[in-house]
Amino acid sequence: MGEHLLEVKKLKTHFQTERGKVTAVDGISLHVDRGEVLAIVGESGCGKSVTAQSILRLFEENGVTTYDGEINFEGKNLLEQPLSEMRKIRGNDISMIFQDPLSSLNPVFTIGDQIMEPIMLHQKLSKKEAYKRAIEMLKLIGIPAPEQRVHEYPHQISGGMRQRVMIAIALACQPKLLIADEPTTALDVTIQSQILELIDSLRQKLDMGIMLITHDLGVVAQHCTRVAVMYLGEVVEEGDVDSLFENPLHPYTQGLINSIPQLTGDRNQKLSIIKGMVPSLNDIPKGCRFAPRCPYASAKCIEEKPALETLENNKRIMCWHYKEIEGAVSNAT
Amino acid sequence: MELVVEKKRQLSDFRRDINRERRRLFVRRFFSNKLTVTGSVILLLTLLITIFGPMISAYNPYEMVVTSRLKAPSGEHLFGTDNLGRDLFARVVYGARASMGVGLSVAIITSILGMVVGLYSSYYKILDHILMRICDGLMAFPAILLAIALMAALGTKIENVIIALSAVFTPYVARVVRSAALVVREQTYIEAMKAQGASSLRIIWAHIAPNTLSPLIVYATFIFADAIIIEAGLSFLGVGVPAPDPSWGNILYDGKLVIFTAWWMTFFPGIAIILSVLGLNLFGDGLRDLLDPHTNRSKK
Repeated sequence: MGEHLLEVKKLKTHFQTERGKVTAVDGISLHVDRGEVLAIVGESGCGKSVTAQSILRLFEENGVTTYDGEINFEGKNLLEQPLSEMRKIRGNDISMIFQDPLSSLNPVFTIGDQIMEPIMLHQKLSKKEAYKRAIEMLKLIGIPAPEQRVHEYPHQISGGMRQRVMIAIALACQPKLLIADEPTTALDVTIQSQILELIDSLRQKLDMGIMLITHDLGVVAQHCTRVAVMYLGEVVEEGDVDSLFENPLHPYTQGLINSIPQLTGDRNQKLSIIKGMVPSLNDIPKGCRFAPRCPYASAKCIEEKPALETLENNKRIMCWHYKEIEGAVSNAT
Repeated sequence: MELVVEKKRQLSDFRRDINRERRRLFVRRFFSNKLTVTGSVILLLTLLITIFGPMISAYNPYEMVVTSRLKAPSGEHLFGTDNLGRDLFARVVYGARASMGVGLSVAIITSILGMVVGLYSSYYKILDHILMRICDGLMAFPAILLAIALMAALGTKIENVIIALSAVFTPYVARVVRSAALVVREQTYIEAMKAQGASSLRIIWAHIAPNTLSPLIVYATFIFADAIIIEAGLSFLGVGVPAPDPSWGNILYDGKLVIFTAWWMTFFPGIAIILSVLGLNLFGDGLRDLLDPHTNRSKK
């Protein structure tokens, strides 16, 4: 496959907390190519957002956060770059869209100012040119009457509009990689699909790589090319969208897929859930991390940690029993 | 082509209308609170007197006329004369320059210093510990005692009054700015700025600072008032503005010996202090309601 746009190798992110060191991301490996959409799914607290923010090194580093492993972006290891270099990459080569559009814009500046900011910062354009670009960006993301909107403040526009503005800011410098951290969680369903369509069409136009973090599997099935399932700081399964949905190997993936509400079928049937909760990072299970919640767990699972195995067509899986439980999912879409 | 021009004209009209409407709402909210209006009127009058007062006063505040000592207020001497035969109206009006001048300078200097200290200590943890401990140390002294001590060390001069009071009040402003900045710092948009590649300097000054302005401005008006009171206190104790320059505090000092025979010498400067401080406080209260969207509805 050659050089990947982004290749994360055995990344670990440790936080120093009052109760000791906590490893929120524990040795994950991922890659994103140009023009493809990698989805990262998992429950809350699985380290998805931490992974995203680690790639841009957004955490405070003065002894609070430490990283291990490699994050290779266009042949450069981001973890070894000085912060001044990181600042050039942030917003220019790699952009990020945050989860909450309502608080992601600074209330004291007009949206035009905020779109112009990264343009002027990275592309060294004059104010006039940046203004033109800002209007173009607003047109591109489908905001009506852009000449009027650039002068408005965030509180004057709706949540969906604000998320569009966030996308405009993120794409203003035509980044090579876009990290979208649950870009649609706070929006209603129709806006959600519009935003995702928008991201998708921009991906084709600009040939970006996208890392989409979400817990909406419907979104994944529709918009992504590959999926990595994360559980408690680890990638437990990774594969192409189709094969993952048709034939989920990891019990956790199966659980996630089974808990999607179905429109067809028996209405009285209870929605299946994964028992228990994601354990705290302070007491990580000794063996397989999912074992305490896994319906197939054996003594071996509790005692010994499985390795991440690579199967045919780029599928990877971290489970002792995946061969036995293959196909156990009956009503997966 | 004409269509484009027409469209542009419509757009600019629209924007002008919106801005006008916004200003109108702001003005209406301002005038809906009677106390704020009262405060602003008093403040405005005080400022006008400070600036133009010396021009309307017929007497020189330094000129001593031994024959007309301690004259009661009359048509000739509106506020009467003091123990050295100087016209009290002229002295109170000129004294406004010293008192208001000190107050305003202190408000401006503490705002700037407090903002720098507050912003940086909110952003850098280690700096926070150092700066805030220094502030704690300064705040541990009662304001007036620290001011007296500083004046004793610096010497009585009006510039030194400003320096001493700025040193006394900066920690309080820094605290206010810091607490506002700590809230802003945790907002997603600051993280988003970081993700866009903005430098710390830019994040601090361009993005955090404007969000701390409204509490800062409100607090600065209170510092203004406090500085007037403490300046008066220092001058009253003889460590503030040195004689023969008039300030409300040292007029009071001169008047305290003759308080039973010449009430006007303590009454008029006292009223001047009360009114200016009251005006500033009412104005500051009103400003707070106006700038903070969370309190302005609940008041009525």
